[in-house]
Amino acid sequence: MAHLQLKAISKSFGNFQAVRDINLDIKDREFVVLVGPSGCGKSTLLRMIAGLETISSGDLFIDGERVNGREPDERGLAMVFQSYALYPHMTVEQNMGFALRLAGVPKDVRHQKVLDAARKLQLESMLDRRPSELSGGQRQRVAIGRTIVRDPKAFLFDEPLSNLDAALRGQMRIELAKMHQELEATMVYVTHDQVEAMTMADRIVVLRNGSIEQMGPPVELYQNPATAFVAGFLGSPKMNLFDVSAIERSHDSTVVILSEQNRLKLGNWPVSGRQITVGIRPEAVQISNSGDLVGKVEVVEHLGAEQLIYLNIGTEDLLTVRCHQPTAVKIGEPLRVEVDPSRMHVFDANGRAVMRNAA
Amino acid sequence: MTSAKRIVSWPFVLGWGVTFLMALPVLWMTLAAFKTEAQAIATPPVLLFEPTLENFAAVLRRANYPSYFLNSVIIAGGSTLLGIVVGLPAAYAFAFFPGKRTKDILVWMLSTKMMPAVGVLVPIYLLSRTLGLLDSAIALLIINMLINLPIIVWMLFTYFREIPGEIIEAARMDGAKPRHQFFFLLIPLAAPGIASTALLSFILAWNEAFWSINLTSWRAAPLTAFIASFSSPEGLFWAKLSAASLMAIGPIVVFGWLTQRHLVRGLTFGAVK
Repeated sequence: MAHLQLKAISKSFGNFQAVRDINLDIKDREFVVLVGPSGCGKSTLLRMIAGLETISSGDLFIDGERVNGREPDERGLAMVFQSYALYPHMTVEQNMGFALRLAGVPKDVRHQKVLDAARKLQLESMLDRRPSELSGGQRQRVAIGRTIVRDPKAFLFDEPLSNLDAALRGQMRIELAKMHQELEATMVYVTHDQVEAMTMADRIVVLRNGSIEQMGPPVELYQNPATAFVAGFLGSPKMNLFDVSAIERSHDSTVVILSEQNRLKLGNWPVSGRQITVGIRPEAVQISNSGDLVGKVEVVEHLGAEQLIYLNIGTEDLLTVRCHQPTAVKIGEPLRVEVDPSRMHVFDANGRAVMRNAA
Repeated sequence: MTSAKRIVSWPFVLGWGVTFLMALPVLWMTLAAFKTEAQAIATPPVLLFEPTLENFAAVLRRANYPSYFLNSVIIAGGSTLLGIVVGLPAAYAFAFFPGKRTKDILVWMLSTKMMPAVGVLVPIYLLSRTLGLLDSAIALLIINMLINLPIIVWMLFTYFREIPGEIIEAARMDGAKPRHQFFFLLIPLAAPGIASTALLSFILAWNEAFWSINLTSWRAAPLTAFIASFSSPEGLFWAKLSAASLMAIGPIVVFGWLTQRHLVRGLTFGAVK
């Protein structure tokens, strides 16, 4: 059980500032996912929480206590590493019990604790094996087991699923979510995979260039991205983002010119300035004979339950359309689509979301 | 039975050819050890002969072989043990707490190997004499340790560097202080590397001749000095010299044979994908 507070935390490596001025309050039992592209500082931030990296400036509090100078093991946190980092010369049982052994826990107590954790993770039959005799998924579970045994205040995860194949990753996502519920533990999870962030987090923290871009519950971030970066980062397939510089204004509406043949009516957006970015989720586009936009079908992807159509509407990037019903479209032929104006996003020249006027 | 056609490739022939050439002197020496003195120097060489053990008997009669052997074991074993004990912490510091000058120090250590030993013969001799360490196994033990230390540190450094950093970090999270990391993780993980380093150090020290011959007479003389003692004073006795040489290299060849699996690194890391 733990409450983590990060106050104005920064990290510099020489002249390079990897993490800038992070303020974050992680509540007890919360599952927080730090997400962002590689090099955004998310792993560095996690390692500072763990104590593996010194904090250049700012304060870190665990349950109200400042822990900046504390050694990793004195913080009461446990961490699962990307490479699993198991001890190759020890058996599964020795791996899981290593922390307890160092802490001087008697052998029988240790064995019982390891057994309990192994049972939760279906590792009972493998306690005598060495890491080299386990599959990737099993190693991952041992790495998790090693953290459970210690009964830590909070769990830290550094891209733990990135070495697994897609099917196993999906399964481990569910197991981790279940584990979070059962253990009622505070968890901080780092990933570059927005699917993991969306599916597991109570709260997502999107990092970019060492700063927090936006944070909030997954659905809120998905529906109301504060910046074009967050809009483009969360969601698969990506949100369609078009930069527009030509805007026609009349007294009751604004029309943006996407390309020669395509213009899009914006509703009541208070658009100021000349340069804006329009964002449209693929599912906010529908095939319609009376639609505003027309484009040539370039690629069609059938995913079984849905279909993705990529349209060339004369803009630099293709427009992605997500259809839930299979639709007969031919590559190279024109297709007319309409955009639900209530589901559009507009970002200003700095990439900040523009709020819609109250209707 | 149908005979499978054997494919003999050129690299195969070349490889065995070179191996044979390299082994030839040793093979020749082995043959000579079992000949009589007359057969040993005969031209053309005698290839078919009745083997005799007379040379070994003569060598054993003339010199106290067990004493030389024991000195070799003490000097090679002791210098290796000391070298590993001194080298481990050094390699640990170089590998896990590198500073700005770590690379320079490592290169400097290795560069001492490039100096000819004769260059320091006089100072070392005088030092040994002043300290009363002439003809003493201790002096040779320390000198051999110092000679091999750069190699020991380099090899251990390389093995330590191969240990993934995340394993050490995981251990830190688990509460392992540096001494725990060192004894519970680094030493066991680098064990095959430590074994092959020790083996190499032992072989190098066993074969070291220059300092053994110059700093010992009989009390601390190891097997290299034993061979040398057969080479000059009473002319050349090829058969006896060969027998003595065979007795000197025999133990190390057997030892190397028994431990060769450690020379090839066995343990593959299964922890980190």
